[in-house]
Amino acid sequence: MKKLVLVFGAAGILVGAFILAAFIYNNQRAEKLASIEKANPVENAFVRGYAQRLGPRDAKVTLVEFLDPGCETCAAMSPHVKAIVDAHPGRVQLVVRYIPLHQGADTAVKMLEAARKQGKYWETLQLMFDTQSEWASHHHPAPEKLVEFLPSLGLDMTRLELEMQGVDIANILQQDIADAKKLGVRKTPTFFVNGRLLRPFGLPQLQALVASQVAINY
Amino acid sequence: MRGVLAPNSSRTMNQARTAPDKLDTDWLLLLAAWLLVTSATLGSLFFSVVMELPPCSLCWHQRIFMFPLVLVLFMGLFPFDPKVVRYALPLSVVGTVVALYHMLLQVGVIPESAAPCSQGVSCADVDLLVFGFASIPVLSLLAFGAVTALLITVLWRSFR
Repeated sequence: MKKLVLVFGAAGILVGAFILAAFIYNNQRAEKLASIEKANPVENAFVRGYAQRLGPRDAKVTLVEFLDPGCETCAAMSPHVKAIVDAHPGRVQLVVRYIPLHQGADTAVKMLEAARKQGKYWETLQLMFDTQSEWASHHHPAPEKLVEFLPSLGLDMTRLELEMQGVDIANILQQDIADAKKLGVRKTPTFFVNGRLLRPFGLPQLQALVASQVAINY
Repeated sequence: MRGVLAPNSSRTMNQARTAPDKLDTDWLLLLAAWLLVTSATLGSLFFSVVMELPPCSLCWHQRIFMFPLVLVLFMGLFPFDPKVVRYALPLSVVGTVVALYHMLLQVGVIPESAAPCSQGVSCADVDLLVFGFASIPVLSLLAFGAVTALLITVLWRSFR
């Protein structure tokens, strides 16, 4: 008995310490994220002026998605994220940020930003998601293959290939990566709703988090 | 052959039979080793699950030798079986070697070009320091080293 009490008592203390530490760590992280948002609500590590948006800029609920065009979960979530914005018309804006974790994804992001200059942002992103298995395979990443797919959208490829090398696009990528690091983003996609990290990850959880923020702000 | 390395060592079997609830030194040494490996396992899970630090390939190799020790040593505690050292010591020794290699890689004694992890997460980067001095491989080395020392003590006592 003595031995059982000793071992299970110790195990209980260790597991309890783990849970307590996790609780404290998550709280501190949430507070840190909230302080970043409060310091400057308009331009901060979550939201940059240059970032592509879906929905009105004055919407009080900001859904920030750090994504990678080569990420399978981002592709799977994409229609649902748009549906969430549509489900709360005028009240939710989606802000797209990049964290190119997959090999070759930085090239894809540059192409995407160059396509945006031709007014075809969402179509291009959708096409990149649809053709992921062709260009973003984990074994043979080949972002150059995107050059074959993109013309179907009616993009001026000569212009795109010139503009994707621009300093402005390189700066966007650099700033997004720096912000992702600051916010502790290590996975794609990572969602923040008004500075709150979506955790645990999941579509129902995301829908609930957005709905709760809409309820608070409207 | 004598000691716990000998299968069916009569001394150890008698020990287990005669004193099922006696807190003798060997049992307490094993308990200390089990507490260490359990803490190390929970700590490593904290880094990856709670803090979401991706484990590098060398971290995974150390996990392979650390995580099973939680179960192996536990089985040696109930009922007390000092022969568990036979099965636990190889794991902790190999773990110590991997942790030592990882630490040397991180402090730069071994060049990163010699490391088996050029892709993904770098094994040589120091992601965080615990208590201001201990990187994750240092913690791992301390845990593996201490467990190995405890298990060798149990082994050594059985030879006396």
